[in-house]
Amino acid sequence: MAYFLFRRTIGFIFTLLTVSVVVFAVMNVLPGDPALTILGLEASDDAINALREKLGLNEPILKRYFYWVFNALFGEFGQSHSFGVPVSGLISERLSMTVALAVSGMVLTIIIALTLGIGAAANHRKFGDWGVMFFSQLGIAIPAFWLSILLVILFAVKLRWLPPGGFPGWDDPIIAVKSLILPTIALALVQSAVLARVTRSSALEVMRLDYIRTAKASGFSRKRILWRHVLPNALVPIVTIVGMQFAAVVTGTIVIENVFYLPGLGRLIFQSIANRDLPTVQALVMMFAVIVVTANFVVDLLYLVIDPRLKERN
Amino acid sequence: MKKLPINLIIGTVLVSIVLGTAVLSLIWTPHNHALMNISQKFHDPSYIYLLGTDQLGRDVLSQLMAASRNSMIVALVAVLLGGSIGTMLGLLASALGGWIEDLVMRIADIGFAFPALLFAIMLAAVFGPSLTNAVFAIAFINIPIFARISRASANQIWTRDFVLASRAAGVGRFIITFNHILPNILAPIIVQATIEFAVAILAEAALSYLGLGAQPPAPSWGRMLSEAQTLMYLAPQLAIYPGICIVIAVLGFGLLGDGLRDITDPRLARER
Repeated sequence: MAYFLFRRTIGFIFTLLTVSVVVFAVMNVLPGDPALTILGLEASDDAINALREKLGLNEPILKRYFYWVFNALFGEFGQSHSFGVPVSGLISERLSMTVALAVSGMVLTIIIALTLGIGAAANHRKFGDWGVMFFSQLGIAIPAFWLSILLVILFAVKLRWLPPGGFPGWDDPIIAVKSLILPTIALALVQSAVLARVTRSSALEVMRLDYIRTAKASGFSRKRILWRHVLPNALVPIVTIVGMQFAAVVTGTIVIENVFYLPGLGRLIFQSIANRDLPTVQALVMMFAVIVVTANFVVDLLYLVIDPRLKERN
Repeated sequence: MKKLPINLIIGTVLVSIVLGTAVLSLIWTPHNHALMNISQKFHDPSYIYLLGTDQLGRDVLSQLMAASRNSMIVALVAVLLGGSIGTMLGLLASALGGWIEDLVMRIADIGFAFPALLFAIMLAAVFGPSLTNAVFAIAFINIPIFARISRASANQIWTRDFVLASRAAGVGRFIITFNHILPNILAPIIVQATIEFAVAILAEAALSYLGLGAQPPAPSWGRMLSEAQTLMYLAPQLAIYPGICIVIAVLGFGLLGDGLRDITDPRLARER
């Protein structure tokens, strides 16, 4: 087990380092001068040089890379060009929005998917099963941003139950929660389509096993068999997909925040692209990539908790 | 003859509709998709404008048809580019083995850390948003997917007797790869390509919706949706049609891919 942990941790650190190299390389080494991009093609050479000096672009590339990584480790990502404040400040102001959306989206995804998936498996080859499979097939094909627009048209434009977008801040919790309902549903419905399908097939596999038959023969209630005996043993593939989906949900917030005009990190990325604010984009892309890599790493570790057999094998 | 799987049939029908529309749009659309006619704006569906017109009086149906072509080309180029690079890497890894195989696969793992959206965001920040960047971003995420699949499939073929016979006869690794391995792993590659085609359509729509893909006046389902979103109170129907087109295309290619997998790999079909 120690060896397993060691290998995975080394792999995790290696991946993080490489990701940082890729992000840095794309943003800094690819042909294309950030100073020129910021100032536009008509800018004078003097102006471009001055800006390059100010951005530190005239320093050797390796030095810039190590400087960037070292500072990033302490939460410093440099100065935002367009806002004129440290990038770290911009991020911490908007983090709560994105975290709230990602966490609520993930929780709702798991609730919907487990309920539908286990329900479908329990009704294998019956009407409910077909219904869930249809929902899942459709959910995979529907873009989250289109679903968002449909939800807004129905619940905000036609029924006027919920706000169509925007976020008034956390001062009034009820209004804040109300403006997060549609984004959360849009985020979760699409994600739960994939997870429901995995849950269903994983549960079906477990239900074929002997001990489930024994449990049935012992007269346990259906509900108890499904949630106490089938689900825990069906969890390994489910957790893998949940880990991958956590990454999808986090990057999904980028899209959803832009559909609903929510002031989170996803919105910040797009404002920064529009403003050609490279340090901010670089920091945010790195942050999102780190979350994705970390999610995969945590999934690896979770296997040990879910499937104790792995501990012995390693 | 064995009964064809239902997903293959539905998938083929949907894909035929989408591809047919895309090809048809090359030679005919009811109106010029880019032609603005403000006096005809927000026209209801009629015999002249089957699905009505948008805020600039452009025919919605013609725009949808032209956008289908755009979407197909983007998906095709992205999957071909990413798929062939990825497959080559996978074949190389499998043929050479050892530390090269490890290295290629580690690099492929890192590719998984970047969703297409993040990559497109980086490219857009450096070069400015464009459809070409979107294509590159989608192609990029396909590389590790195909590298993994082709390596895993190729490794299986390398253990077969006929490959062993070739090796015994002194045929070089690259010749074997080209003559024996590649033809034998084409089935899983084509299945994956069909599924990735669906993913690419979805990704292009999302990137164009966010302004990182097709730029005006290029027709695109994603961009039509982002324009329609600002008109939700005025003309909600404009936000319906492009979405339906995306769903039909993605569903079609997804089902076709699933169906192809079911007939090429019957073991998986029984599991589901």
